Amino acid sequence: MLKILYFASLRETLGLGAEDLPLPPGVHDVGGLLAALVARGGDWQKLATVKNLRYAVNQEMARLDTPLRAGDEVAFFPPVTGG
Amino acid sequence: MGAGKPANVSVSVREADFDTGAEIAALRAGDPRIGAVACFVGLVRDINDGAGVSEMTLEHYPGMTEKALEAIVAEALTRWDVYGVRVIHRVGRLLPTDQIVLVAVSSAHRGEAFAACEFVMDYLKTRAPFWKREVTPDGARWVDARETDDSAAERWQR
Repeated sequence: MLKILYFASLRETLGLGAEDLPLPPGVHDVGGLLAALVARGGDWQKLATVKNLRYAVNQEMARLDTPLRAGDEVAFFPPVTGG
Repeated sequence: MGAGKPANVSVSVREADFDTGAEIAALRAGDPRIGAVACFVGLVRDINDGAGVSEMTLEHYPGMTEKALEAIVAEALTRWDVYGVRVIHRVGRLLPTDQIVLVAVSSAHRGEAFAACEFVMDYLKTRAPFWKREVTPDGARWVDARETDDSAAERWQR
């Protein structure tokens, strides 16, 4: 199982802050997961068009080729605006 | 790092306000090696991108936020000879004139303290997972990231 988190404007767009999802078959990295989420259609397709979408795996900034395995915490969010 | 004592480091993410004087006192902790303290305080303004701002809400990613701030401070400690760093970042609902963030750095001389303080702020603005949502006369909006913040952080890369 993956724990997936969505933050800020992305959470509002998707209407979802968190979900548990079995690692989809054939998905090995963040890019694969993103493609699987976009393939849900509807609002999920907007994930593909978010400008400068950011990702984190197990609370560290990640890249599309960052590998995933069951039990990982994956987060998707827009560029940060703190400070 | 200076030989001897471990760095006096504190990172806090919280709703509560902070007292800059008390934080500087805790940073100094009577350490007679300290000759300089540089301190930055970020505040909520009542205007942003041409619109009036009546309030803002800061969201963050609990767990990752603290890790990211600790990593930024650890990086500063490897780059500059500083004795201590304190970072406080508030979350939740804030109003114009409220304090948002404190970064304070102690060192023997001002150059190291100024540089490390600015580095921590620049990296915080681009790497720590906080998001601002502000309320304007036209309604609530998520604040857009600024490219100038990216370029401010990039100048420290080596």
